[in-house]
Amino acid sequence: MSAICFYFQVHQPYRIRKYRVFDIGNSHEYFDSPPGDRLNNLEILQKVARKSYLPANRLFLELLHRHPRLKLAYSLSGVVMDQLAEYAPETLDSFRELAATGRVEILSETYYHSLSFLYSKDEFAHQVRLHDQKVKTLFHQIPKVFRNTELIYNNELGRYMEKMGYTGIIAEGAEHILGWRSPNFLYRPVGTQKIKMLLKNFKLSDDIAFRFSTRGWSEYPLTAPKFARWVSAVNGSGDIVNLFMDYETFGEHQWEDTGIFEFMRYLPGELLKHPDNYFVTPSEAVKKLPAVGELDFPFFVSWADIERDVSAWLGNPMQDDAAGKLFALESAILKTRDNQLISDWRKLQTSDHFYYMCTKWFADGDVHKYFNPYESPYEAFIAFMNVLQDIRMRLEAVSKSKKITPKKIITSTQ
Amino acid sequence: MPLKVLMFGWELPPYNSGGLGTACYGLTEALANQNVEITFVLPQRVNVKADFMKLVFADLEGFSWPDFQLNPYDTLKLLPPGVNPELARDLVAAVHLYAKRAAAIAKKGKFDLIHSHDWLCFPAGVVASDVSDRPLITHVHATELDRSGGNGTNPVVYAVEKHGMDKSSAVIAVSQFTKNLLNTYYQIHPEKVDVVHNGVNTADFDIPVDDANPLQTLKDAGFKVVLFVGRLTLQKGPDYLLKAAKRTLEYFPNAVFLFVGSGDMESQLINQTIQMGLSDRVMFAGFLRGKLLTQTFRSADLFIMPSVSEPFGITALESVAAGTPAIISKQSGASEALGHVLKVDFWDVEEMANQIISVLNYPSLHTALKVNGKAEVKKISWSAAASKTIDVYKKVLSRKK
Repeated sequence: MSAICFYFQVHQPYRIRKYRVFDIGNSHEYFDSPPGDRLNNLEILQKVARKSYLPANRLFLELLHRHPRLKLAYSLSGVVMDQLAEYAPETLDSFRELAATGRVEILSETYYHSLSFLYSKDEFAHQVRLHDQKVKTLFHQIPKVFRNTELIYNNELGRYMEKMGYTGIIAEGAEHILGWRSPNFLYRPVGTQKIKMLLKNFKLSDDIAFRFSTRGWSEYPLTAPKFARWVSAVNGSGDIVNLFMDYETFGEHQWEDTGIFEFMRYLPGELLKHPDNYFVTPSEAVKKLPAVGELDFPFFVSWADIERDVSAWLGNPMQDDAAGKLFALESAILKTRDNQLISDWRKLQTSDHFYYMCTKWFADGDVHKYFNPYESPYEAFIAFMNVLQDIRMRLEAVSKSKKITPKKIITSTQ
Repeated sequence: MPLKVLMFGWELPPYNSGGLGTACYGLTEALANQNVEITFVLPQRVNVKADFMKLVFADLEGFSWPDFQLNPYDTLKLLPPGVNPELARDLVAAVHLYAKRAAAIAKKGKFDLIHSHDWLCFPAGVVASDVSDRPLITHVHATELDRSGGNGTNPVVYAVEKHGMDKSSAVIAVSQFTKNLLNTYYQIHPEKVDVVHNGVNTADFDIPVDDANPLQTLKDAGFKVVLFVGRLTLQKGPDYLLKAAKRTLEYFPNAVFLFVGSGDMESQLINQTIQMGLSDRVMFAGFLRGKLLTQTFRSADLFIMPSVSEPFGITALESVAAGTPAIISKQSGASEALGHVLKVDFWDVEEMANQIISVLNYPSLHTALKVNGKAEVKKISWSAAASKTIDVYKKVLSRKK
């Protein structure tokens, strides 16, 4: 018997507009690029909703009706839920419709799709709670399984999430961690008692997410029967096949004309043709399947790039500077109890801002460039740092008026 | 058998007035290293060291270095009085005289190809190609449209440029930017034009900063130095930088703007500086060269190339090679070759100031641009340019057979 677990990631950041030095102190609107601009969040969200989220939701709803045994899982960042509510409420409704089938599980993550676990455990825990509340309000579910931003994971996170009461956690099935072991089983994070770990089968997941429309790929074109055969081949040598991918795979990364929707329309039926295959959600998998061993992640692993580490977001001087200065403001910002200021500060924590500052292979042009709405990593950094400077000035103003004297507010940019 | 190339140039360093001489030197040295035998012709006898190729002087009468500098960028400059009017009455006449001498030079040796740099040498190349029946390659480092900045294009120069390119078997453009311009304004078919980016010898700019560093006093006084290097002409956009300087200083008073170079806008710029009340923050250093210039590149905090129309802009490469981050205009060929610089439309003074202030203000941005830029510019070498040039040679020769 082999379980099949689909989990789709839904996320869009609040992209920072072209915010110049001259805006500091004059404008606190950081995320409102003009219409037609490549950084206009409303237009991007509506485009992605139109091309991807809405048609994909419609398809999966139809599939859930046709296949009573089909099950799915989604993780939606808080910032995408907010943007959907504001810019595309009908799309948010269609996600709620999916959840209402009772066969769609919503996972837990940080509200701001942030890197907070790497900088502040308090801030991290707070964002996880915020997110779970939002999920409860919108989808009437209490998430039991956690996935961290970009599947960034290490042993410490596993232990931390067990303490927070989660039964499962998701990570990348990275070869350099797994070695001879298979991603097709559940494992136990080092130093934990109960929590179980689900690993992304990156080979099969990426066959859909990345290679589906690659004409130079020896398996092109990928058909539903062929892919179902590959999944079924795991029977006997694994408990579960975890197919984890960005939801934008459907219609945005792989355009409709690649046939991705048609592929998906037939895939569940093809998978169910094999009598031993069955679908599970992550929390069901955790309940049903045993952890076959301990897995040691001594350093951070993610699902990004060939490196599968955190070097897409942190490590170059700009990224480290920006993140360090952002999180240095934490206690002073929280003390103000100024909700707008706190929310703006948190929106800056979204991992995408740091991804846009990545200079790895920038000049050669690659996936980073494709996913970067800024002209260069340097422009992304300039906008971010200018906004941070404005946040500092607001912080000073609020602190003065409230007569709070934070121990240390960095006023210089140096 | 090595390829034998007869090349017509106008200047070589240190007797150069700009990037044309630098480019010719860098390219010929790298071509020689790749086994190309070059006979390089200069209009006048000068004491240039270039032992990797054979130098030939056309000995044009009527002017001589350095008393009179025939500046390739001053298209209409008249010769001083007292010069034989039959010979080189003005630059255009000198160009045609150069072409006359080219016939004899071309007959003296056996060459596979003729290679001519910019309009000054195009007529010479056409004549040499005719008398020797060897194919001509014209190499465009700048056009009359760039030099005039859109104002008052000289029709004679334009005609010389177009005629030279029309008579060529192939045209080399220093950028896609220039290639597009040749297609739009000169009707040169894109298939005839190959883009060969200029390069830089990074080692020349990786020298230690010592007492000769002319900026030390400013830096000791706590100033950040923003550097401009280029002719003070419409084409180079120094007036836009001046406006950006004013905006920058409102937010970052501890900056100094240093303009290195001379040109017909110099007095206008100085007057503007005084009127804008910036005379204690904007300085004009005149023309610098050699070690002094390299030291200036290295010790500046930021380099700006705000050109209105820049076929390439070797100074951008030199600055990055020297470890000084650069802001360059999008209207430049160098912006095609460089990724790790900041890019701006020359007219967008607000954005230019935003970028200047950001680089001066955020040390991690400065570091990232410096480190990534230095790594990148190593790949933009003259040897890469020479390899591409040889490809063009081979293409032309194979067609001829």
